Amino acid sequence: MAGDPYAEPPTLPGGGAIAGEAGIPSAPEGIAIEGRSPTYLAWRRLRRNKVALGFAGLFIAIVLFCLAAPLWAHDVAHTGPDDQHLTDKITIHGNPTYVVDPSGIPLGPGLHWKYLLGADQSGRDVMVRLMYGGRNSLYIGIMAALVMSVLGVALGLIAGYRRGWADAVTMRTMDVIWAFPVLLLAIAISTAIAASGTGLRLGFVTIAGDSLWIPILIIGVVYVPYICRVVRGEVLALREKEFVEAAVAQGKGPLRIMFGELLPNLWSTIIVFFTLNIANAMLLEAALSFLGVGVQPPEASWGNMASDGFSVIYSSPHLVLIPALMIMLTVLSLNVFGDGLRDALDPRAKIRLEAQATAEEAGP
Amino acid sequence: MARFIARRLVGMLLVLFAVSVIVFVIFNVIPGGDPAQRMGGREATPELVAQINKDWGFNDPLPVQYVDMMKQLFSGDLISYQNQDNVIQRIKDGIPITFSLAIGAAVIWMGVGILFGYLSAIKAGRFTDVTLTILALIGISLPVFFIGAFFLYYFTFKWKIFPTGGYVKFTQDPWGWFTHLLLPWICLAILYVGFYSRLLRSNMLDAMNEDYVRTAKAKGLTERQVRIHHVLRLSLIPIITLFGLDFGALLGGAIIIEYIFSLNGVGGYAFDAVAHLDLPPLMAVTMFGAFLIVLFNTLVDIAYAWLDPRIRLGTSAA
Repeated sequence: MAGDPYAEPPTLPGGGAIAGEAGIPSAPEGIAIEGRSPTYLAWRRLRRNKVALGFAGLFIAIVLFCLAAPLWAHDVAHTGPDDQHLTDKITIHGNPTYVVDPSGIPLGPGLHWKYLLGADQSGRDVMVRLMYGGRNSLYIGIMAALVMSVLGVALGLIAGYRRGWADAVTMRTMDVIWAFPVLLLAIAISTAIAASGTGLRLGFVTIAGDSLWIPILIIGVVYVPYICRVVRGEVLALREKEFVEAAVAQGKGPLRIMFGELLPNLWSTIIVFFTLNIANAMLLEAALSFLGVGVQPPEASWGNMASDGFSVIYSSPHLVLIPALMIMLTVLSLNVFGDGLRDALDPRAKIRLEAQATAEEAGP
Repeated sequence: MARFIARRLVGMLLVLFAVSVIVFVIFNVIPGGDPAQRMGGREATPELVAQINKDWGFNDPLPVQYVDMMKQLFSGDLISYQNQDNVIQRIKDGIPITFSLAIGAAVIWMGVGILFGYLSAIKAGRFTDVTLTILALIGISLPVFFIGAFFLYYFTFKWKIFPTGGYVKFTQDPWGWFTHLLLPWICLAILYVGFYSRLLRSNMLDAMNEDYVRTAKAKGLTERQVRIHHVLRLSLIPIITLFGLDFGALLGGAIIIEYIFSLNGVGGYAFDAVAHLDLPPLMAVTMFGAFLIVLFNTLVDIAYAWLDPRIRLGTSAA
């Protein structure tokens, strides 16, 4: 992210790229070429990246899967995410089978609509729990990415544009956040809040000890430096450009310049980072919940399902592996899509790569 | 150079001071963190709680308590609230385990990461590159406990190839030390291999278009010489920076891996401490971890300044 890769759409080799792209007829003589916006060009590049789109599709599928949780719970599994069935039996191939057999080993995954992915130690339906847990995991991931983007972009804009003491204070704060062992800090805060019983009071807002907003805020804050530094770097380069000078000459105030002039030039960076940061946030949420300090039971999340399952890993490995696999698929889909998005929005990276590949082909 | 280093060291101390204050404040501001109540137990009489408060100095003003804690931390007399053992001693006991874990993992991830990144870059756009890119993306998308749980179940339980968790001292049984740590090393390394190989790949692709590479080729060096001595060497600089930071962070304890593989290193100790809301160990471990992060950060900065005079001149002029 050196310099300002997205800052100057007119000078991007967009025109060159069009000529090189197949399927774009060059305009016949005498017909005016319609202007193509950078967004349109980026979208067209993205559309041609089938891998990235495929993984975007996977992410949407995962979201839909989680949104369908009540349907599945109500109409297929006939049980809720927290309902325990310790003594129940279900009929599989005509044989009545314990959901949790008397030695405490739960039913494994199999072809039965109830307990499609098996049951956990408390006799809860893993499939239902997985769908509801996914809602929490995704919600935390998206909200935390939103929190860190808003904070990171605002601080980065101010630090980069105002420079001086605002920059110094912001950057030293980022150094301090950076120096914290992230997981340890997050664990400490959430344990303290959870143990307090009364929750965290922020002015007139009280966050309950088991609220999803505790992991959201923690994750949102610890990752702020990642975005703040990048945004600041770009703003430092952008503020020297003529359009900023023009805005100053027009008498626009610093706020209007920051949010009206500079922010629109940062969108592509923000979008790419937002996608990748949902992935990072979900991984951190999983880690926190795995350690028992993220989403508090009985509320499910993929991380705390894996955590619950870890204690019986030798008898029922599916209890860890299934939610962990869901996290992996979600994070992978976001990472691949985020990468594709970056390539589409920063065509120079892609062009370099292609030039390299062509040079290789032509070489010895 | 001396001035540059001095400035960095002062900055380092300030950051550590801020970290310690924040940890202290978090624990004293958040309600329910009353240690005397917990130490007295469930049935504590008000008299007992008052006595504990008095003995441990919990009634003192917060700044006094903070200074006391810092004094104890640096003199090595810090005592945990939970089981009243010496915190510094526990951390010292954990260090060989945590360092073994971090160093071994670092050897693997640097070796494999650089190899993969290099191969990926010189085969850009081809099958090898695509395969390695997919592997790297999967690597960075895996939650640590997924690989950990997977290894634990298959390699130690189902197929019994490796011993189950725990730590064996190197001095007692080097082979046992190695077999007990190999799985945790790989688990930790997978994540970083993904990041490093991707970063190295893109750095190398950028470097290949630089003028000095063309010059090297024009001098008549072979493709291989250019790649290794010019492209790879320059592209490694950011990797080494990142390595400094990641390695510093990892030396402070890898909580999840230590927990999964029952290694009682610094991270495992921190996890226990957190579970009991035990401030002294948590403060000590956080300071220990933050110290390592900041130290490696500073070392990287100094190395850079040493390599590139513009940095130290720019900073001392500012």
